[in-house]
Amino acid sequence: MTDETKRNDAATNGELKPVRVEPNVENEARPYPLPNLVGESNPEPSAERRDVASERLIEGAVVVEDGVKKVLRRRPPLLEIQDLNVIFGENQVLRDINLKVRRGETVAVIGESGCGKTVLLKNMIGLIAPTTGRVLFKGKDLARVSDKALTEIRTHYGFVFQMAALFDSMTIADNVAFPLRQHRRNMRRSEVKERVESLLEEVGLNPKIVANKTPAEISGGMRKRVGFARALAMEPELMLYDEPTTGLDPIMSDVINELMIEVRDRRRVAGVLITHDMKSAEKVADRIVMLYPHARLEPDEPQMIFDGTPEEIERATDPRVAQFIRGEAGERLREMSAGR
Amino acid sequence: MMRVKSLEWEKPSRWERFVESTATIGRAITGRVALAGNLAVFSVATIFWLVVKGAKRETLTPAFYNVGVLSLPVVMLTGTFIGMVLAVQSYPQFKLVGLETRIGAAINLSLVKELGPVLAATMLAGRVGSALAAELGTMRVTEQIDALASMGVNPIHYLVTPRFLACLTLIPGLTLFADLMGVVGGAFFSIKLLGVDWSYYWEYSRNMVGLFDVFAGMFKSVFFGAAIALICCHQGFRCGAGAEGVGKAATSSFVISFVAILFLDLLLGIGLDQIQTQFLGGPKGSMI
Repeated sequence: MTDETKRNDAATNGELKPVRVEPNVENEARPYPLPNLVGESNPEPSAERRDVASERLIEGAVVVEDGVKKVLRRRPPLLEIQDLNVIFGENQVLRDINLKVRRGETVAVIGESGCGKTVLLKNMIGLIAPTTGRVLFKGKDLARVSDKALTEIRTHYGFVFQMAALFDSMTIADNVAFPLRQHRRNMRRSEVKERVESLLEEVGLNPKIVANKTPAEISGGMRKRVGFARALAMEPELMLYDEPTTGLDPIMSDVINELMIEVRDRRRVAGVLITHDMKSAEKVADRIVMLYPHARLEPDEPQMIFDGTPEEIERATDPRVAQFIRGEAGERLREMSAGR
Repeated sequence: MMRVKSLEWEKPSRWERFVESTATIGRAITGRVALAGNLAVFSVATIFWLVVKGAKRETLTPAFYNVGVLSLPVVMLTGTFIGMVLAVQSYPQFKLVGLETRIGAAINLSLVKELGPVLAATMLAGRVGSALAAELGTMRVTEQIDALASMGVNPIHYLVTPRFLACLTLIPGLTLFADLMGVVGGAFFSIKLLGVDWSYYWEYSRNMVGLFDVFAGMFKSVFFGAAIALICCHQGFRCGAGAEGVGKAATSSFVISFVAILFLDLLLGIGLDQIQTQFLGGPKGSMI
């Protein structure tokens, strides 16, 4: 095997060493934005930021490695969902869902309560198995890999739960250290302590104040941030956020938004955000997809009724999308009374 | 739990009621079969993880402390009272036929073969089992079990294996303590309060109770411990939503465990009696 072939294989397998990215015709190089500090106000998402986001996707970019030019086209998406159907008993929740999440990209999944957003998220990490269809992480089907392989794959994910899901029998420090203690057995205690402190500081918590408290002794916003720190502990490649701003005050919601942006921009981590909060979706996401409840779809209608950028969703012509983003009840109350 | 009678908007016809009740019975049967199958898969997974990866010390120590150390006082107390109650209940009957000196044999044999293991197991199911189901149920409801799985940690290995191992290995010890305290309680009541001659009391006990009887009780307790741990953890893992779900898991875990203890006691009792009769020449001594 020649050196060039080896390099091409590495590129297609998604195991590239740091390379210089040259701008191609459609993709003019811009510097990465500087990370925002926690709590600092962030302007509304700009067109420039979205271009920078699309630049991070790398697909289609020309790379130069050791003087050899290559176009990265065949790199599989980080996460790919193919024809996903999920049925519980007689109740179909998801129908023919197809979705790709590329490296460095944050996708927001919106939709009204009960439309299957959380079920979709749990399918993405293999907590719920698809009835039919496939969920691929870096090309590996989560339903077909062994338990051991699935466990290894899950260490590449970070999951921020709606209610934080902290272990209430452990202190905050032990919660954040938990994944490190499970998977980085060779880390010394001092290293784990240092890392926990750095993660807590990163999410705006003072380790000296919170480290020895239990989850019951801190506020809801703090618990969410501890959950965030725990999800980041293993340096994931894909973050899954399950309604991270639900139940928080507007300022704390924005702090969480800033954290998600920082994770994406500074750590170059891809993300899937499940939310009802349009402000959060438009601020954080590079792409927004909208799910519609299966029970209210026409027989051959796709369940994903929108897939586009935050700018595009503002101009969406589908009345269901427009109704959702404007938060208007319309005829919904009467529809629900009629059992739809 | 507050129950409010549902308002009926439409009265179903007699045929619809028949169909619905038939469907309910069918659902109940298939539900029980599915539950048994699910428990079997859960048990196999627990044993698999125990054999393949063992249990982590950080999870094993609290489980052993909870099951062993914290259960010991209540098990010993129960044993003492049961020994005394046996003395109270059996003394008049034995006295009627003039066999009160042999009361020790009856008390001690009942204790080591049946009451010690069954009561130690019942106390374990009540004190530890329900708490296990409630704890794991709360973890299920608050997504802590999902959080474990999402971090690449197998929840059965991390949560169930240490609890299973603790119940399995510590229940024989708890049974032994229950037996011991029952023997002490029965002897104290019979000798000190009922006036049975102590030398006859111990002599007949020694003649009737053999090592096999003590072993049989402890052998049975291992099965009880395993059943309690698996049933209670399984109930916690499949806990329904909300406070009601956790409450139901805790209650049903005790009820199912208790039924399982009695069922296993019957099966193992028959089996061990057969072994004693076939291979060891029957019971050690005779009451008469």
